Amino acid sequence: MLSRTAENLFWMGRYMERADATARLIEMGYRMAMLPGSNEMEEWRSVAAASGSAPDIAGEERLNASAVVQRLLLDPDNASSIRSCLNSARANGRAIRTALTQDMWEALNDGWRQLGQMDAETALKNLPTLLEWTKNRTAAFRGASEISLLRNDGYYFLRMGGLIERADMTLRLLDVKYYVLLPETDVVGGGRDYHQWTSVLRATSALRAYHHVYKGDYTPWGIADFLILNGIFPRSVSYCYRSIKRFLDDLADLYGEKSSPQLVASEMVERLDRIGIEELFQSGLHEFVSDAIGTTRRLSSEISKAYHF
Amino acid sequence: MFNEMFSDDRSIRAPYEKVSEWINATGIDRLALRQSEAEAIFRKIGITFAVYGEGGDPERLIPFDLIPRVFGASEWRKLSRGIKQRSRALNAFLYDVYHRGEILRAGVIPEELVYQNEAFLPEMIGVDPPGRVYSHIVGVDIVRTDGDRFQVLEDNCRTPSGVSYMLENREIMMRMFPELFHAGIVESVDSYPSQLKKTLEEVAPIKCDDDPTVVLLTPGSLNSAYYEHSFLADLMGIELVEPQDLFVENGLCWMRTTRGPQRVDVIYRRIDDTYIDPLTFKADSLLGVPGLFNVYRSGGVTLCSAPGAGVADDKAIYVFVPDMIKFYLGEKPILENVQTWRCAAPDDLKYVLDNLKDLVIKRVHGSGGYGMLIGPHASKKEIEAFRAKIKANPSEFIAQPTLDLSTAPILGEAGIEDRHVDFRPYCLVGKEIRLTPGGLTRVALKKGSLVVNSSQGGGVKDTWILAD
Repeated sequence: MLSRTAENLFWMGRYMERADATARLIEMGYRMAMLPGSNEMEEWRSVAAASGSAPDIAGEERLNASAVVQRLLLDPDNASSIRSCLNSARANGRAIRTALTQDMWEALNDGWRQLGQMDAETALKNLPTLLEWTKNRTAAFRGASEISLLRNDGYYFLRMGGLIERADMTLRLLDVKYYVLLPETDVVGGGRDYHQWTSVLRATSALRAYHHVYKGDYTPWGIADFLILNGIFPRSVSYCYRSIKRFLDDLADLYGEKSSPQLVASEMVERLDRIGIEELFQSGLHEFVSDAIGTTRRLSSEISKAYHF
Repeated sequence: MFNEMFSDDRSIRAPYEKVSEWINATGIDRLALRQSEAEAIFRKIGITFAVYGEGGDPERLIPFDLIPRVFGASEWRKLSRGIKQRSRALNAFLYDVYHRGEILRAGVIPEELVYQNEAFLPEMIGVDPPGRVYSHIVGVDIVRTDGDRFQVLEDNCRTPSGVSYMLENREIMMRMFPELFHAGIVESVDSYPSQLKKTLEEVAPIKCDDDPTVVLLTPGSLNSAYYEHSFLADLMGIELVEPQDLFVENGLCWMRTTRGPQRVDVIYRRIDDTYIDPLTFKADSLLGVPGLFNVYRSGGVTLCSAPGAGVADDKAIYVFVPDMIKFYLGEKPILENVQTWRCAAPDDLKYVLDNLKDLVIKRVHGSGGYGMLIGPHASKKEIEAFRAKIKANPSEFIAQPTLDLSTAPILGEAGIEDRHVDFRPYCLVGKEIRLTPGGLTRVALKKGSLVVNSSQGGGVKDTWILAD
């Protein structure tokens, strides 16, 4: 496979995942801002912060939904806005049309201009529909890849890009929200905490899944455990890393040689297997999360180095 | 004026019976509805082309007209023989001018027309491309001026584009109107990609000792024909590479892959001659693969088409194609040329200047319908401006009579309307000569217009060759 093709597939996977995660993040803000007792501005502030692409407006004193929606959904100058992500993914796809199946291309190409002419006010009015649309687009793309793409190196690069982005998004959400999960904030069990905790789950679309696994109340330990260490929740850090490791191993088998990113991934998987949630909290949730963000970044660059892109 | 569908007494010509039946049975309103459906499908698949330097939508659609253009089996037999004949002669001419130049020595074609031609590459002198093939895909633009009169408007020996429309137009028609194709009355065009691949494999270089690796070289996704490049690469199952994916080492050409370098044997290049290799052709070019031409010359890789193939499709050389056919093949030309005056010749020039208002003036090296004058449709001012240009540089221009192009029915705003059409088949030249029964029909959508180019308001149609 051409190195350029691998690169484009990898980034296409990342951009589609980022669009999806950003839609879920905005959705969380939208829902939280509607709840009684919430501080609307603060909700949007944490959305802006967690997105990682709006640190300047996250720091603004007056912040409203419109500014956040503009920046995260529509802004063509923000490389991580949903609009930019969908455009970039399409540009990646267009540059390597032959590596995509017809189904995948149609999913990328369908309605890609839609966000081009929209202003923030219109977008805000139709926000639920637009977010739903974004999630449908990314789901259609993922579905098309699953059922039509050959299971070879191209598929591995595409999936690894998506998984790295997903691990990164979950980690960044935790990075912003870690303080609400720390036991000393506010009175445990208070209504405020409940909202904050559920918001973390909501942003990762994990509200119901959490119940299925933990069968009880929301606790900070439970939520952190779920998002970091749970092996069956597909947005958890552990799940993402295990999958990346598997794809790297498959790729090494296919090419018949070991690679350096395999080492980075397996070290992280071992670490996640070993550490319990108590230990994780004791040694510092925030430290763990920052460290994991660094590892994820390193993994991404090791992959591009190893496969010449 | 010849009408493809109707005879002079408005009865339906035999090849169009099925189409006419279908139009009547479906009704204009429903057809119009399905027309917009077809457009949506094109947009969704992403079949677009770009027009340079006009701003606006960078990826636009070529308008597609639903009503097929039809050739009967006997019409096609004649066309097919004529197209293959022409392709053979053009390749023989290219071999000749880059070797002994017999046709020039014999005085059939003036030497300076070849040797001073911009498209003639001295670097190619003495190079022996595999199978002596220079132009592997010959696109011949043909117009019909009467029932049994087909004339060649120009040849395209470099990298003719548009074949993706031949395939996609059919695909759309079969998707939307499967019932039309049930009886098997239309020849299939499906085999084109595999025949193209076979053709490219047949011209593998001498240093290739295994199954040849074929790639398609594109300038990149901003090129106007990028869709076609990716489409063809996909159908042939070959890599679509950009210049930066290729490099030269140890006298061979390689592509960069995730597993390290991989050898490349045949390059179907869709970039211009001058951008192939900055070391040989254009030192200031950022495009291209340094050293590629040397690899080509030493038999390490085959370039399709060969550099310098453009000298055969120059409009000044065009005039002599019937002579080439007689000279190299000893045959009588099956397809006629359009009468052409070369402004470089003093007698021709005088005639042209005296009759500007009746003629079509074209640039010798121009393409795409740009920079031409259509006398009967031009204002006095435009004609005078052109007169000055021709006088200043006569050898830059040729003139042809305004042809009475045949018309074919389209679905217009007022129902079925007649518009002028031309036709471009794609002839493949490898060890064998292959011609897919089909081609691209371009249609001038503006009423009365004779310009079919997509950059100037032209559209496309599915082209049917009826089975025997």
